[in-house]
Amino acid sequence: MDIGIAIDKDVCIGAGQCALAAPGVFTQDDDGFSALLPGRADGDGDPMLGEAVRACPVGAITVTQA
Amino acid sequence: MTETPLTQSPASELSAARSAAARLDPPIAFPQDRTCPYHPPAAYAPLREGRPLSRISLFDGRGVWVVTGHAVARELLADPRLSSDRTLRAFPAVTERFAAARNRRIALLGVDDPEHHVQRRMLVPSFTLKRTGALRPGIQETVDRLLDRMAEQGPPAELVNDFALPVPSMVICALLGVPYGDHDFFEAQSRRLLRGPAAVDTEDARDQLDAYFGSLIDRKQKDPGDGLLDELIHDQLREGRADRQELISLATILLVAGHETTANMISLGTFTLLRHPERLAELRAEPALMPAAVEELLRFLSIADGLLRVATEDIEVAGTTIREDEGVVFSTSVINRDEHTFPGPDALDWHRSARHHVAFGFGIHQCLGQNLARAEMEIALLSLFDRFPGLRLAAPADAIAFKPGDTIQGMLELPVTW
Repeated sequence: MDIGIAIDKDVCIGAGQCALAAPGVFTQDDDGFSALLPGRADGDGDPMLGEAVRACPVGAITVTQA
Repeated sequence: MTETPLTQSPASELSAARSAAARLDPPIAFPQDRTCPYHPPAAYAPLREGRPLSRISLFDGRGVWVVTGHAVARELLADPRLSSDRTLRAFPAVTERFAAARNRRIALLGVDDPEHHVQRRMLVPSFTLKRTGALRPGIQETVDRLLDRMAEQGPPAELVNDFALPVPSMVICALLGVPYGDHDFFEAQSRRLLRGPAAVDTEDARDQLDAYFGSLIDRKQKDPGDGLLDELIHDQLREGRADRQELISLATILLVAGHETTANMISLGTFTLLRHPERLAELRAEPALMPAAVEELLRFLSIADGLLRVATEDIEVAGTTIREDEGVVFSTSVINRDEHTFPGPDALDWHRSARHHVAFGFGIHQCLGQNLARAEMEIALLSLFDRFPGLRLAAPADAIAFKPGDTIQGMLELPVTW
């Protein structure tokens, strides 16, 4: 099953909670906004992905399963 | 100061109260003093029974909603129909001094989107995990220097003034580019801003901090330094993206929030660990547990208890209706003890994940400096107990004064010896 992760940068407030919860998938760019680590756009089976989505205070991350 | 707080509940509030799932008759007063500095006030027990929403009564007799359930708190803190704009007529006030200050615009935490988003974007790059991680060696140096001084001058020591306050105060000064030499002034004004005691103290403290930052900005415009305030002057003020008053307000918020809150977490966190010797022994044996311990202390202590909002339209939630213009208070100390999210919530236990606590808030206003605060707490607590393995209270625990319920929670003093 393919997983797609979308980050809404207009909504992101740069709290860094995604990168704190799942540092294997998320990082923060120079402006402080959430970004996916290179090659991790599918979450790479990281068990902390769900925790990162839940930790986001503004619901900026959505995970889709195709 | 022409604006007076609402003293009468609109009719819609009364009908909403009648239809509420959880009715408390009469509503309990909020806020109240803690009986133990690390537990929610005993008087809040009915609020736990009434989850996720109850009614409370504020100092002026106004009845408002209090959110006490974790899931509903997350939902409502992220709801744009709840405003943080304290200049709105119906915005609730928890103290007389808060009511007196409500006609003043407060940057960041007192504004809604889209204005809030613009201000937050200016600051976010300076508070990322990477940037706060890069501050860790400097924080460690500051902590070590203060511990050296404690070792030279003691035992005993008074941990609030000798350690818990200067650590975050020095760190935020370096980050902002504020001269630490002025700390007696701004620490005293921050205390008056947050604790009064009278409304006139809070007002005067804000005037003094405004004047201080006004003249600091003037000086920095002529002679720039390398702090965040200098960056904001260069990038925002000169480019016309922010005005001087906005910058003054932002600087005040960053300075006050940057040292008072973390200082309270360090003092109350130390006290709490000393009162849980088995937990402390575990932490000493396995320092890698410290990040989880800090997260659990944030949940357990919930020092910023009583986040305020006002409904700008009707909101259906948890089988009831929060009406337009009703006040909403989030009791973080009760929310973070919700047993559905945190099993065994009254035990200090970092083996149960505390990750989703709302001690830093939730939604767009979630604490900007939370990653810096985590770094400071981890380094301060680890280094303190590492340097003084025999650290203990120098007075009976129940004789040590802590802060009243109407401000950020923490120790007023913390006499220790080793």
